[in-house]
Amino acid sequence: MTIVELQHATEAQSVGSALTVRGLDVGFARDGRMRDVVRGVSFSLEPGRCVAIVGESGSGKSVTARTLAGLTGHGAQVRADEISLGDSDLTAIGEREWRGIRGRRIGFIQQDALVSLDPLRPVGREIEEALRLHGWRSRSGRRRKAIDLLDAVGVPDPVRRAAQRPHELSGGLRQRALIASAIALDPEIVIADEPTTALDVTVQAQVLAQLEAAKERGTSILLISHDLSVVAQIADEILVMRGGEIVEQGAAEQVLGSPQHAYTRRLIDAVPGSRTRGERLAPQDRETPNLHLPRPESADRDGAVLEVRGVSKRFAGATAVDGVSFTLHRGETLGIVGESGSGKSTTARIALALETADEGEVRLLGRTWSGVPERDRRALRPRIGVVYQDPLSSFDPRWSVGRILADAIPADAGLSRSERDQRVVDLLAQVSLPAETRGRPPLRLSGGQRQRVAIARALATSPDVIVLDEAVSALDVSVQAQILDLLVDLQNEYGLSYLFISHDLGVIHHLSDRVLVMTGGRVVEEGDADRIFRAPEHPYTQALIRSLPTPV
Amino acid sequence: MTVIDAARSVRSRSRLDPALVASIVAALLFLAAAIVPGALAPYPPTALALDGALEGPSLAHPFGTDQIGRDLLSRVIFGTRESLLIGFGAAGIAIVAAVVLGSLAALGGRVVSAIVGRLIEVVFAFPILLLALLLVSILGPSAWTQVVAVGVSTAPGYARMVRGQILSAKNAGYVEAARALGHEPWRILRNHVLPNAIRPLVAVFAMALGQSIVWASGLSFLGLGVAPPSSEWGALLDAGRAFILQAPWLTFIPGLIIVVFALAATTIGTRIQRSLEKGE
Repeated sequence: MTIVELQHATEAQSVGSALTVRGLDVGFARDGRMRDVVRGVSFSLEPGRCVAIVGESGSGKSVTARTLAGLTGHGAQVRADEISLGDSDLTAIGEREWRGIRGRRIGFIQQDALVSLDPLRPVGREIEEALRLHGWRSRSGRRRKAIDLLDAVGVPDPVRRAAQRPHELSGGLRQRALIASAIALDPEIVIADEPTTALDVTVQAQVLAQLEAAKERGTSILLISHDLSVVAQIADEILVMRGGEIVEQGAAEQVLGSPQHAYTRRLIDAVPGSRTRGERLAPQDRETPNLHLPRPESADRDGAVLEVRGVSKRFAGATAVDGVSFTLHRGETLGIVGESGSGKSTTARIALALETADEGEVRLLGRTWSGVPERDRRALRPRIGVVYQDPLSSFDPRWSVGRILADAIPADAGLSRSERDQRVVDLLAQVSLPAETRGRPPLRLSGGQRQRVAIARALATSPDVIVLDEAVSALDVSVQAQILDLLVDLQNEYGLSYLFISHDLGVIHHLSDRVLVMTGGRVVEEGDADRIFRAPEHPYTQALIRSLPTPV
Repeated sequence: MTVIDAARSVRSRSRLDPALVASIVAALLFLAAAIVPGALAPYPPTALALDGALEGPSLAHPFGTDQIGRDLLSRVIFGTRESLLIGFGAAGIAIVAAVVLGSLAALGGRVVSAIVGRLIEVVFAFPILLLALLLVSILGPSAWTQVVAVGVSTAPGYARMVRGQILSAKNAGYVEAARALGHEPWRILRNHVLPNAIRPLVAVFAMALGQSIVWASGLSFLGLGVAPPSSEWGALLDAGRAFILQAPWLTFIPGLIIVVFALAATTIGTRIQRSLEKGE
């Protein structure tokens, strides 16, 4: 036991903590064997405080949260020396008792409000139902309270919103409605499992403000997140979990400011942002193979590789992209940042000529790229590659990694069969994957490995430009760090130009030389990355950067 | 994948699924009966039993005997080949027609896909049995018309499935990725769209086989299929109908055989489909 844990063990016994957990193990039966996914978790949560559990996928943080809400599920085995909520013991209670506790004493907020809210029930009724189940008899009283709650969590026009169904609300409003139903009965504790993960940064700031407000009213919050910057915002104490165990635990400033455990340090270093520009995010693991992939000579080595001039696109009457222009130079990374619906992905698709613009034109390597039949574009296609957010859906499910890569090598490269095989191995080495990966189906690879294969495929044609559409958004922060480092290495080696689309300001700032800020289909600000983040000029950019949680 | 993962997948595969095992055993028995009926049947199909006609099931005649004293078990076994040939033929016609029509509807130009699409919808709107009856009444009853009638009548349902599969493969991420690599449309069609659309048809074929035998038996039962001396299962059903009160097993047992076959084929088909969806 470390000193921190010892301190905790003593604190845990102190009176007045809202929730005390000691020695929590959770196991799931798989193939007839029990496998522990959470081991020896202990902490205590004081009234009006926020404890955050941070970890990557598979760390056991969500299982811990669900267990403490009595939602571990079938086939799970929960053992604990102590789980007490105030003075009630929760170690051995059944589903019926849990129903009395959930909602009234423990509120639970899940990541995706669209899934957790009944699609057919107006959100106001959802909240009224929570009140009714816990003994609110008067119908008009319930109604008034529901509207008050929606108002309290910052839902504008609560009377109208209460009558709407979840799909009629935006992601942020839905998440706030879910918070309203979680705090409806004024529970002692709110467990929030990744409450802001699917949200845009400005909306995330509003949701965090609501949790902060609940905390000030004396509610204790157990926050589960993979995002250190979110945690830094409201947590008083942080537990870092990895592989089912707590590796570090302590006051927020201490864990974030002077992390003791190597894993915590690595997690913090992996967060991209202003301070990491030009630096590696992950420890170097890549022996640069220094393979020279053949690349065609280009007419102008320093000039523009991709020019987009005044493109617009309307879908069913709504304008998705409105007069966007930019130029991507050789060896440069141009970041496009925007929230959902800003038109950034449509812009990327227009740049790739996978979408036809209604107006404007695109030129690739000085040649006409838009407005011609696909037939005329095909010869130039190998010069521009793409990496998507979800690599798996971009691979043919029947094919192995080797076949996917071999298929991407241009047929006119004039390679023999064995040269082709060698080329596949070289491509894998480029993205730090072993040659054995060839025979594996992508389904059996991890998220990071899949994204490496997607990058290798984009490299197979020796492109000048790669469009990366939210290419690192679905990855854990330490994997994201490795992929970002890889992208920088490849750019330095081959002078690639990146058009990098992301909603994540930290990632954009880390990687981009220049940045376009998009909202409502328009570019509202363009400029050098450092300048935009230091001195944003447009009010929207200012609001966006203000809503960024304090950097870790 | 680690050694543990590999071991786990072997373990999960080795865990036997009773319904699937029973279906595979039944399918193998049916196949054996179709290939070597003489080796399985206790009597020749036309031999008259000494203990008489319309005998109920007994040790000597597990399925009983018919109105002229022939052993029903032997007749069922000797009828398997014809029943399966009709089933395979009809399912084959249905699937081939479905692939052709479904591909035209999904990939053809605007005019072609509209015409073929409408044709599929119109034919699909007819009840299967009604359409099969219509075809038999035009072509005259025989084993061949039975195959064609069932095949053609069930084709539109599968054609709609094929069209849907092709359309969803056409919009898949991997097709766009291939387009972005600059691959020609025919190459994308050959490498990605068709294989991914056709693959689920293995499962569909197994299910179509079971269905075809049910429909074909229906035609025979109505006297519009194979003529009476044959012991095709539907014909047995039809022959037993006249004695349904004195000797119910003559109708019940061939009916049960048809149901068992259809169940086995459908179970195998759905399991194939499920494992394809899991990507194994």
